[in-house]
Amino acid sequence: MPGVNGLLKRAVLEVQEYMHLLSVIGRSLVTRPLYLRDMVEQLDSIGLGSLTVVLLTGTFTGLVLALQMGVSLDQFGARSMVGRIVSASMVRELGPVLTALMVTGRVGSGIAAELGSMMVTEQIAALRSLGTDPIRKLVVPRVVAGTVMLPVLTIISDAMGIGGGAVISRTQLKIAGSVYWNNVVQGLYSQDLWMGLIKPVVLGFVLVTIACHVGMRTKGGTQGVGRATTNAVVAGSVAVLAVDFLVTKFLIAVIY
Amino acid sequence: MATAPVIAFDEVSLAFDDKVILDRVSFALAPGDMKIILGASGAGKSTILRLILGLLKPDGGQIFVDGHRIDSMAEADLMQIRVNLGMVFQEGALFDSLTVRENVGYRLFEETSMPIADVDRRVDEVLGYVGLGEYRDRMPSELSGGQRRRVAIARALTSKPRILLYDEPTTGLDPITALTIDAEIIKLRDLEHVSSIIVTHQLRDAFYIATHQAVGQAGALQFVSARPDRAAQVVFLMLKDGKIAFEGSAEALRQSTDEYLRTFLS
Repeated sequence: MPGVNGLLKRAVLEVQEYMHLLSVIGRSLVTRPLYLRDMVEQLDSIGLGSLTVVLLTGTFTGLVLALQMGVSLDQFGARSMVGRIVSASMVRELGPVLTALMVTGRVGSGIAAELGSMMVTEQIAALRSLGTDPIRKLVVPRVVAGTVMLPVLTIISDAMGIGGGAVISRTQLKIAGSVYWNNVVQGLYSQDLWMGLIKPVVLGFVLVTIACHVGMRTKGGTQGVGRATTNAVVAGSVAVLAVDFLVTKFLIAVIY
Repeated sequence: MATAPVIAFDEVSLAFDDKVILDRVSFALAPGDMKIILGASGAGKSTILRLILGLLKPDGGQIFVDGHRIDSMAEADLMQIRVNLGMVFQEGALFDSLTVRENVGYRLFEETSMPIADVDRRVDEVLGYVGLGEYRDRMPSELSGGQRRRVAIARALTSKPRILLYDEPTTGLDPITALTIDAEIIKLRDLEHVSSIIVTHQLRDAFYIATHQAVGQAGALQFVSARPDRAAQVVFLMLKDGKIAFEGSAEALRQSTDEYLRTFLS
């Protein structure tokens, strides 16, 4: 069946090109020139630019988590434990993953659209003809910014989530603030904090490199740019969830 | 007087999947000369420019730029070669997040340690050359199609390249605007002695460039019919099915009896 063969061939080629991009990024990170000004610009646009969406996501996740857990824990008469569940799930899982998904939607699509349109209007070729390596100039600053900023955004999201949980605990579940916060601290082990910090580093790297890979392979005019944007979000989101599972499995085996 | 060619193709072949784009193509461009490459869409005209810049690698054959073999060169070394090459892309390919000034001075701002004041002086110089001095702080989106091409020519000129490559410089422009671009191309050839390759299917512009020459000095420039020795420096190449179907002067092209050429020219 040539159809299946063709698809398989395309998939293998895609993975091979992605791995090649990763190796070029690795080499470009340790050799000159580094475009520091572009890096600062990207830190600002990826980090600061995503702040609002991350603040909102974190807060609402914390609010709904506390509400849901309040109901479930009541079945065991363990309503006071809600702080443990909120802090552990936010820090270990929901903070990193939801932040990564939101950033994929906002930043991943933006990167793919920007690089994609630069590709189809020959601006990438023009960069190369003017003596600039587009990987160093465009990809590396975005990858560095994504990898550095996602952990920062995740910490903010975690804090908002736990804060949101506190609001619900006080107002809806009628749990004393001291009890909630005591539980929040007790629910967290140092391994959880490590997991909560390592995950977003990996997820940030994955989601930005996928967006860059998709953007740099854009073909076929404005239609191609649209396709690239969609692909970056779909592939990025699926990869975030899959990589999250693998990293969780790995970290549980190694640090717990 | 035999001089070493600035660009030479030796039996260059390239295919995308099963589609043969170039089939053992050979030609050489002498310093100060001009080649005008004609051909139907998808005949591999732009591909030749990309091969010269090293943006694509051929499947076979050798490519020389300034005497250096570039088809097997690493990207880092190609950057040195590209300093001598200026490329004017189709539609200009200006960076739309940068102003005209930043576009034109891009290479000097980003890839050299030249002081900003010197870069600005050079930017003003080349923008003046293409007659767009007052547009330096505009964004590319605020320019007309013709202005954008002229900015692209200015950008290609900034680092004083000895070879200029034009990819469809006048396609999509009205005849009057196209003439201003033709004039820039002739000026660069006759006054600055830049070697150039033009890829186009705008026959009118191709013949105008081939049969006219610039005389006088900046300010009092005139475009007159080219003297025979000047006209002999401009050579047309016609690509067909991956091969060079015709190579010769404008006059020879006009008088050709080949059926495909006649259809193409009519």
